[in-house]
Amino acid sequence: MSDTDTLIIDTTARIFQELADPQAVIAAVDDSWKTALWNALEEAGLTLAWVHEDHGGAGAAISDGFDILYVAGRHAVAVPLAETLLGGWLMARGGLQVPPGPMTVAVGSRAEPLRIRGRHLHGCARGVPFPALAEHVACVADGEGGPQVVLVATESADIMPTAGMAGDGIGQMLFNGAPAIAAARAPNTLGLEDVMLMGAAVRAQQMAGALQAVLDLSVSYAQEREAFGRPIAKFQAVQQNLARLAGETAAASAVAASAADTIHHAETFDDAVFLEVAAAKIRCGEAAAEGAAIAHQAHGAMGYTDEHALHRFTLRLFQWRDDFGSESEWAAGLGAMVAANGADRLWPMVASR
Amino acid sequence: MSQPIRFDPIRLPPEAEVLRAEVRAFLAEEIAAGHFDPQTSPMQDGFDRDFSRRVGQRGWIGMTWPKRYGGQERSYLERYVVTEEFRAVSAPVRAHFTADRQSGPVLLKYASEEIKMDILPRITRGECGFCIGLSEPNSGSDLFAARAKAEKTARGFVLNGSKVWTTYAQCADYMIGLFRTSLPTDDNRRHGLTQFLIDLKSDGVAINPIGNMAGGADFNEVVFTDCFVPAAHQLGEIDGAWKQATSELAYERSGPERFLETAYILTELTRTLGPEPDRREAEGLGRLVAQLHTLRRMSVSVNGMLQAGHEPVLEGSLVKDLGTIWQQILPTKARDLAAFAETAPEERAAFDALLPHALRIAPKLTIQGGTTEILRGIIARGLGLR
Repeated sequence: MSDTDTLIIDTTARIFQELADPQAVIAAVDDSWKTALWNALEEAGLTLAWVHEDHGGAGAAISDGFDILYVAGRHAVAVPLAETLLGGWLMARGGLQVPPGPMTVAVGSRAEPLRIRGRHLHGCARGVPFPALAEHVACVADGEGGPQVVLVATESADIMPTAGMAGDGIGQMLFNGAPAIAAARAPNTLGLEDVMLMGAAVRAQQMAGALQAVLDLSVSYAQEREAFGRPIAKFQAVQQNLARLAGETAAASAVAASAADTIHHAETFDDAVFLEVAAAKIRCGEAAAEGAAIAHQAHGAMGYTDEHALHRFTLRLFQWRDDFGSESEWAAGLGAMVAANGADRLWPMVASR
Repeated sequence: MSQPIRFDPIRLPPEAEVLRAEVRAFLAEEIAAGHFDPQTSPMQDGFDRDFSRRVGQRGWIGMTWPKRYGGQERSYLERYVVTEEFRAVSAPVRAHFTADRQSGPVLLKYASEEIKMDILPRITRGECGFCIGLSEPNSGSDLFAARAKAEKTARGFVLNGSKVWTTYAQCADYMIGLFRTSLPTDDNRRHGLTQFLIDLKSDGVAINPIGNMAGGADFNEVVFTDCFVPAAHQLGEIDGAWKQATSELAYERSGPERFLETAYILTELTRTLGPEPDRREAEGLGRLVAQLHTLRRMSVSVNGMLQAGHEPVLEGSLVKDLGTIWQQILPTKARDLAAFAETAPEERAAFDALLPHALRIAPKLTIQGGTTEILRGIIARGLGLR
């Protein structure tokens, strides 16, 4: 790890510790802490890490952005940091200047992608995170001469918001000729799949961070909580469960880091990137289910209350595993690819990484 | 905040990928020559001295060891490539694998120069096989309960007692065994055990194969009756073998053999499902491949830690726990996914022949080389719970 990496990780961690401590957040009377948190992240240049300095960003490496997201996941990030990073990455692909403020990213469906006609955006995107907090929406849309990267104001979309698993907000966005604030031709290869891949890698990294936090919380709780005259950490049944939680955390962290590293070094999003990202999204999603169940078991009824921090992590794990394609969707795609390649190419594919 | 669990995304260096091509070419030749068949070799005992000699000629046994002992001074990551490529086609590595993985490194660290010069080059030539004498009838996971005795005499030691579940003792030349030289002390129940190098052709060694539910007899009981070992065959400190065990375990627990032992069934499942599986089959296959990829990336990472000179005891235990559970459940998942496959019988003949074998061997996979419970105990210790 270089000094820059360490600096970015430390800065991110410090901001979250000061302004988004889970227990303080739970006790907060309103959402004003989110504004303070966002401002600090933006001021530190973390929200636009993936945008070159010439376009208004911080010009950090792809790997740095993933490090930021791991730390953010470890603090159950409840502001559109990941989405703004992702939006910035997308805007940079179109060579566009990036506005300040929180962004989100909209993805159409494969059957009906978003379209841009003239400078107006059309189509429907489901499961868009943070529709209420984001000021702008970035997307890739089918244009008359090929794909375009497009930015519109959130208020120009018809939004059907829901709370989402963790209450961070998620919504369906309908664009009915929303005027583009910025639009530019993207590389011909850029498409919906790229946004899905990058989004999945982002969510895998957040899930890995959240699982580490869930493990830390569970270990501390087991060491503090006493039953039958001793800390429950001394019971083998509890130890074995927490060891399994560590295994799920390790698997998530390893596969998410591997996918991030692959994207960091990738020229284009080829089959190798697909394997890495699909595997990361699948395995982190599986770890989310296993890990959350074990952590809640270790915490007993306390972890189920709204006054304990655990749910801030487990509910976001449940949201993030759904975003940018669930385990089932990615697994069906990966399985279809493996099957089409045939049995004798399976091992060479796995062992090429 | 505590230190997070970290598996750095190690990539294999270019020389490892060059080596991989050489290994694949060698294996393709071996298969073409009919020396083994990946679709049937999992069901055989995997013990083939001639194969091991040919592997030795390529310099792929003891390849990380110093050249003066017949090694190649190559990296752990290069050894990793050789090991995983052999496993991926179920190559018959039994005659050399234990010595290559475990026994050779123990000798390198603790044996006399004379013994090293005698035995290590023979291992690297594929001419010398080892077995591991740890478990006893009343001592398995609880290694420090070992009772087989080594009593000091004027010229060496005399062994009495028995070792059990000793894989391939009937074909091996030597054992590295753990014997009691003193009683445990009140403050250290691990005290009093010593490792010895034992020539299995010595007088006083009886090897009795134990048949198993998979139709094999790879396990043995090895009974020692007044078996003499020379003083020079003591490995490491007298009464202090417990100090020597930890680093050995990281090597034993993090290799690709800890998640690839039933991987052939995933290959044959892919063949059985065909190029256009239905959605359920594709999803199931995709999940298995994602899990395999994850395990492999973790295992490569641990080997990177070994290469860097660390002792990743926690990480190695995490990989072995996840890996052995995965390779144990894999045959059952493959069975589920193949349930409705409409493949021609000839296309799935290998799958149908291999699946019962994989199901039969599955129960042992979470027992050998450290049980799930023991591994999770080590992980819990790493988490600070005990």
